[in-house]
Amino acid sequence: MSATTASIRLPAPQSPTKLAIRRFLRRPAAVFGLFVVVSFVAIALSAPWLAPFDPVKTSWTLIRKAPDAAHWMGTDENGRDVLSRVIWGARASMLAGVVSVTIAAFIGVPVGLIAGFVRGRTDTVLSRIVDAMLASPFLILAIALAAFLGPSLQNAMIAIGVSAAPVFMRVSRGATLDAGTHEYVEAARALGNPGWRVAIRHILPNIVPPVMVQATLAIATAIIAEASLSFLGLGQQPPQPSWGSMLNAAQRFLTQAPWLAIFPGAAIFLCVLSFNLVGDGLRDALDPRGK
Amino acid sequence: MSSHLGARIAQVLPTLLLVSILVFCLQQLMPGDPALVLAGEERDPAVLAQIRTELWLDRPLPIQYLHWIGGVVQGDLGFSWRIRQPVVSLVATKLPVTMQLGFMAFVIAVCIGVPMGILSAVKRNTKWDYLANSIGLAGLSTPNFWLGIMLILLISVKLGWLPPSGYVPLSEDWRLSLSTTIMPAFVLGNAIAAVLMRHTRSAMLTALDQDYIRTARAKGLSERVVILRHALRNALVPVVTLGALELGTLLSGAVLTEQVFSVPGFGKLIVDAVFNRDYPVVQGVVLVTATVYVMLNLLADILYVVINPRLRGA
Repeated sequence: MSATTASIRLPAPQSPTKLAIRRFLRRPAAVFGLFVVVSFVAIALSAPWLAPFDPVKTSWTLIRKAPDAAHWMGTDENGRDVLSRVIWGARASMLAGVVSVTIAAFIGVPVGLIAGFVRGRTDTVLSRIVDAMLASPFLILAIALAAFLGPSLQNAMIAIGVSAAPVFMRVSRGATLDAGTHEYVEAARALGNPGWRVAIRHILPNIVPPVMVQATLAIATAIIAEASLSFLGLGQQPPQPSWGSMLNAAQRFLTQAPWLAIFPGAAIFLCVLSFNLVGDGLRDALDPRGK
Repeated sequence: MSSHLGARIAQVLPTLLLVSILVFCLQQLMPGDPALVLAGEERDPAVLAQIRTELWLDRPLPIQYLHWIGGVVQGDLGFSWRIRQPVVSLVATKLPVTMQLGFMAFVIAVCIGVPMGILSAVKRNTKWDYLANSIGLAGLSTPNFWLGIMLILLISVKLGWLPPSGYVPLSEDWRLSLSTTIMPAFVLGNAIAAVLMRHTRSAMLTALDQDYIRTARAKGLSERVVILRHALRNALVPVVTLGALELGTLLSGAVLTEQVFSVPGFGKLIVDAVFNRDYPVVQGVVLVTATVYVMLNLLADILYVVINPRLRGA
């Protein structure tokens, strides 16, 4: 008897979080993406110490200088150091990405939770409103909102956040509907918990994984959207640096100073690519069917 | 099938109604008095009062909405404050330009995305699959305005092959028209190609796992026939419908692409209107875009039922 018990050794049960982390770390592309994202965040946070020059200080003697040992990415049409502006631009982009997605999640998740939990007529009405918001292409809605609110980074973040909120509502509504079918929700109800408590204490923590995946992918979209709005002149206002507004200015000097367009664009590309890699990796890692 | 379509069409009307309310509410976000914006330097109270009366700004909001939506239903999207033309006629002149660009972009996207998706699925977990996936992800991560600027730099400035900007209508000179629109269309099609590639790959992988594919192979059919005639035909059903949804993305992308390449289309109209604070044009463009988008969604649904034999008889 004792021999039998000794031979069957079950592996220690692993928490879903540890399992997800292990799956994530097994994906080199996702780990690379995470490394780049962390680097960008570090660059954004340490911009005042990292930037070699003042990003807004102009110099008539340094107008449109090609990259060299002193100015690794050259200088712009006002003699400002492009590397310093790219570093400070990371701050605007990261801020726009995180703040917009936080706004979107704060609007979308509670609405989705209510729609999926209460169902019935409330769900129908909320879903129709979300359908109406989704009916307008994301960027056009963001442009229209930014136009009416007035051009500034703050208003661009609000516009992007509001425009991105319907997707969060859709994701959290679907996840709530799914969670509602599980036995632990029935058990929580059977124990006499009020509806709001079941929704907040029992369902909300369980819809976090899909919302997190959506948030990571939405940050990538928000960074492109902020760059787009700044490119159009509706986001960060000059002389403050942002990757989008730098590209806007660079357009006029393509023949004389191509480096003005190359570096900020490459920064947007690398940052968005990394967030997409992390988002894809998270989605695979949190998928219960994954290995 | 008809009841499903009927229900889907019935859903469109309330959605469009809500869209119109949202678009109307945009104006309420505007800081300050619209009459002051319109009057410019003029501060004469009589003039301001006249503007308010003309624009119905002195009425309660629901009445203003009913007046506005009444006009919209009759094809009146308002009057441009700056260009002094009906918004409908502005939209009617700009929309064909964007439609030409959108059509070309979609053709380019299908020509790149679908073959790449097939290759990626057929050569699953090989270097071809990784390469196609990497290109797809890069396409999704590239801001189209940057890609546009880089193409201008390379193809127009360095190589001198194509004009960097401008637009010539097809009816005027089709060769010149193609040479001015091919670069913006490629830029616009790039992101959609990436999405189509992902959809095609996923649909092909599902199709290649089916029993009928095993049967086709067991019958001794060549791999080419199995992939193109059996797997692709079935895989294309979701790809076509999801592709139709991507047409809406074209409208968003057109805003930036037209700005980069100075194409006088729908996207440029909204950007110019934003900077001129021409709010009726902004509202009109958003409303038309949303309506086109809703209709494309409906078309995608109908297409899905029509081309899917299993749903046709249901």
